[in-house]
Formats: sequence, structure tokens, C-alpha cells
Amino acid sequence: MPTTKLGFIVQRAGYKSENPKLALTHAIASQSVEVYLNDGDIVTADIAFIGDGVLNCKKDQKAMDIYKLTSTETHIKMSLLLDLNVMVCKEDLDRFGMTENDIVLDAEEFGAELTVKVVPFAEITKMMEGMNHLLFF
Amino acid sequence: MGKLTIGCFASLVGSMSLDFAVRLAGTALDKGHKVDLWVSGNGTMLSIKGQRAFKDYSALEKPLKELMEKGLNVTACEACAEARGYHKENTLDGFKRHSMDWYLASSFDADRVLHIGGE
Repeated sequence: MPTTKLGFIVQRAGYKSENPKLALTHAIASQSVEVYLNDGDIVTADIAFIGDGVLNCKKDQKAMDIYKLTSTETHIKMSLLLDLNVMVCKEDLDRFGMTENDIVLDAEEFGAELTVKVVPFAEITKMMEGMNHLLFF
Repeated sequence: MGKLTIGCFASLVGSMSLDFAVRLAGTALDKGHKVDLWVSGNGTMLSIKGQRAFKDYSALEKPLKELMEKGLNVTACEACAEARGYHKENTLDGFKRHSMDWYLASSFDADRVLHIGGE
């Protein structure tokens, strides 16, 4: 089955720019890409938050209350619901004094089975090496 | 010859990234490659017709039309455009508008994907 693997690497903080949210919405679009492809062709999307990008994963975001916008947190949860692989760099979380307790890890309330994986950067590098194309946001 | 998919999220004015993307697309076309250009976010500004060319601002309508005549396939994110008030009736002739999955589909059989993020 012909498959193209895309890696979405988010390295900027949320809300200051549109990039992180566009990364997530484009990754989520992998779920409807088949309408443009031949039967059996697949595009997969893996997402990794690195550098300042790990700040996008902060839980309890108040974007709807303050900006009247869907939060990046909600988009991460939607990604999990759609079974996208979401990784967060452990070293960069450490750099900000953050732990797994500070970030969104699951979307149980939506019925998602996958969870966010907090992993060493080496593991994100390994994921990137397995991709056909990398898109840096 | 190969296929190049370029995604550009930077605005027409305020950044030179779209200029670079369009020039690169032209070079690749001249070398015989197939080129898909996707604009999303502020990059959708490229799709608006009636751009007035000043010497101090990037103006890409003319070169873009020339490249489209050479076979450049250029598409804007419809949601990103609509969110900015860029409606279909204000879109350059030949400039397509689709949802984000078009970009991923273009990436499917691309030999190279060059993703140029926004500001």
C-alpha cells in the first residue's frame, strides 16, 4: 500500500504566531486526504513538539475564554482522537521547568485511545529519519 | 524530471519568503520539473487579484501569472483565505482554492517538499 509519511515539527510557541495551529490543522487534514488520492494510497502525519514548541502543549489553555478561539490544546486532543502520533521533547520540557503534569497528555473525554508521548529528542530524531518529508512550523 | 511541492505560509507583504517561493517555482519549472505551490495562513494573500505594484513592496501577481501559464499549479487554503476576507470573487484567475488535505495530497507523490513556514 503506497504510503507517504509526513513529519510535522512544531518549534514555535503558540498564539504569538499562527504556525503551531496550522501545523496541527494540516496534520489533521491527513485524515481526509484520500479524496485526492488513488484507492489504497495513504498519507500519514506524525507530530513532534520541540524547542519553544513544547509550550503549545500546556494544559488548561484559556484561548476560548480570552480570544474566543479553539485552543491549541483542543487541536492536540483532536489529533489524538484521530490516532495521530504526537510526541513532545522531554529535554525541552525540562528546559522550561515543565513536567508531564503540566501538559496535555490524553483526550479521554473525546474517546481518544492514543496519548501524547514525552520522549527524549533522540527518539524524535528517529521518527524524523523515518519520514518521507519533514515540515517545520 | 521530478515533482516539487512548495508550501509557503508567509505573507506577500512583510516577508520575502513568498518572493523566494515564487522565484524557486519558476526556476524549477524552467528546468522541466512539475511544481505545486500551496499557500496557507498569511500566504493566501498571494491569491488576491488586483495587487498594485509599488517599488517598495513585493508584487507577485505578474510573475505568478506568467508561471501559471508555464504550468505552475498554485492553490490557496480556502479556510485561511476566507478567514482573511479573501473571497473567491477576488481570487486571481487560475488560482485554485482547496482545503488543507490538498497540500498533503500533493506531497504524496512529490520528490521533494519544501515547506516555508510563516512569520
